[in-house]
Amino acid sequence: MTSSLPPGAGRTLSARQLERNAYRQRRSRRRVTVAAVSTVVVLGLMLVVVVNAPGWERVQATYFDWRHARESFPAIVDAFLLNIRLFLTIELLVLALALLVAVVRVIPSPALTPLKILAALYTDVFRGIPTLLVVLLVGFGVPALNLSGLPTSLFWLGVIALTLSYGAYVAEVLRAGLVSIHPTQWASGRALGMSYGQTLRHIVLPQAVRRVAPPLINDFVSLQKDTALLSTIGLVEALRAAQVYSAKTFNFTSLCIAALFFIVVTIPLARFTDWLTIRSLRRENGI
Amino acid sequence: MLRINGLTKAFGENVVLDGIDLEVARGEVVCLIGASGSGKSTLLRCLDLLEVTDDGDIWLDGEELTDPAIDVDRARREIGMVFQAYNLFPHLSVLDNVTIGPRRVLRQSKADAERRAHALLDRIGLNGKADAYPDALSGGQQQRVALIRAVAMQPKLLLLDEVTAALDPMLVGEVLDVVRDLKNEGHTIVMATHEMAFARECADRVVFLSGGVLIEEGTPEQIFTAPRDPRTREFLARYLPS
Repeated sequence: MTSSLPPGAGRTLSARQLERNAYRQRRSRRRVTVAAVSTVVVLGLMLVVVVNAPGWERVQATYFDWRHARESFPAIVDAFLLNIRLFLTIELLVLALALLVAVVRVIPSPALTPLKILAALYTDVFRGIPTLLVVLLVGFGVPALNLSGLPTSLFWLGVIALTLSYGAYVAEVLRAGLVSIHPTQWASGRALGMSYGQTLRHIVLPQAVRRVAPPLINDFVSLQKDTALLSTIGLVEALRAAQVYSAKTFNFTSLCIAALFFIVVTIPLARFTDWLTIRSLRRENGI
Repeated sequence: MLRINGLTKAFGENVVLDGIDLEVARGEVVCLIGASGSGKSTLLRCLDLLEVTDDGDIWLDGEELTDPAIDVDRARREIGMVFQAYNLFPHLSVLDNVTIGPRRVLRQSKADAERRAHALLDRIGLNGKADAYPDALSGGQQQRVALIRAVAMQPKLLLLDEVTAALDPMLVGEVLDVVRDLKNEGHTIVMATHEMAFARECADRVVFLSGGVLIEEGTPEQIFTAPRDPRTREFLARYLPS
C-alpha cells in the first residue's frame, strides 16, 4: 500500500513518509516475487515428475492422443448437448421442488404437520441414498411397474431420478438460508402489513437466497457433473459417447475430452458465484 | 506516553486527518469531540493501526507505530479498542468473550484467564451473566462487557470510539460509570464522545476536531467555558444546553 494523498493538494510528504512508502513498495515487490517464483517452481517440479515417470509415454499415447481427440470430438459434442438439456431441465425442477420442501419445513403452522413430516422424510431418505442408486432404482424400477401414465422415456426417468436426489440437498440449503434470516426481518415485514406469504416472498426469501448462493451454485455444479450418472441407465450422454469410442479403439483420449467438456461448463458457474458473492458483500457491508 | 506528529490520512480525494499533533501522558483521559465526520473515529482507527496513515508519526512508549516494518499484531496487543457497536463475538459466552484474548494471545492458562475475567465481571456487576451469550444482554451490558474484554488484555492505552452512541439514554450512564472506574484505576484513555457532560467531568483534556484539523485543546474547564476558536464555540453552542 502506498500513500493515497490527493495529488496537487500542494502537500509534500515528509522524508520519513517517503522512506515508509519506499519500504512498503519494496516489501510488496518482494512478496509478489516470492509468490511467483514459488508457484512456478512447484508447478514445474510437478510437470517434471509426471513427464519423467516410467509410464509417461504410454499414458500420453493412451490418454492424450491428438488424432483420437479429433476423431472422438464430434460424437462427444453431440452427446454433451444432451447433458446440457438434462442439466437445465433438472435444475429448474430441483429449484421448484426444493423451494416447496424448504418452505413447508419452515412455516410454523401446525395444520401443515403431515406435510412437514413428509418433507422431512423426503430429505432424510433422498439425502441418504447414493445418487447412483436413486438413478438405478428409478431408471429400472419405475418402468417395471408397468403403470400407465408414468414416463417411459429414459430422458424423463433420468430427470426424475436426479431431481429427487438433488431436490433433497438443495431443500436443506434453502432451509438453512431461510432460518438464518434474523427474526426482526419477519417482524419488520409483518409490521408493514404484509402477510406471512408476502413477507416470505419479498423480504426473507430474497435475503436467504443471496446468503446461500455459494452452496446453492455448488450443488448445481455438482449436478452438472452428475448428469454423467445417467449413462448407467442407457442415456448416451458425453461420458457414454466417450466410452463407446474408447471401446472401439482401445484408446482413452475420448474420456479426457469428455472431462474437458465438464470442466469448461463448470468454470463459468464458479466465476459467476464469485462475482455474486463479491457484489453482495459490497452492497451490504459497504466494502 | 503517546505522541502523534503531523498525522495525515486521506480516503481518495477526501483528507480526513490533516496534520494532527497530540500528546497523551500516562494515566491521562483525553476526550475527542467534534461533529460527525470531523475525523475522531479515523484518528482512533489510525492509532490502533486499523488504517494505513499517509503521513506523520505515532509513537507509543518510544516505539514508532507508523514504522511499516512493525509487527502490527504485537503492537495492537498493547492497545485496547472498543467500538460503537459493541462487537462482542456472538458465538461465545460472556466469559469466553473476555478470556479469548488473554488465552489465545497472551497465552494465559484457562484457570488464570477465567479468574481474572470473573473479577472484572464482578466489578461491572455482570458476574451472574458469565455463561450468557451476548444476544441475551442489553446494549449497556454488552458494551460494559466489551470494555472489560479490552481491559482484560491489560493494554497500555485504551481507545474508545463513541462507546455510548448506540445506547439509549438510560443505559449511557452505566457504561460511563465503567469508563470512570477505569480512569480512577489509572488507565490511559483516548475516547471519541458526544457526551459533553461526561467529557467535562471526567476528561483531563478535551480536544476539538473539525474537518480533520485539531482546532484546539485544553482542560475541560477552558474548552467548555472559554473556547478560543469560533468553530469550537459554534459546535458547543449546538451541543450544550444554554
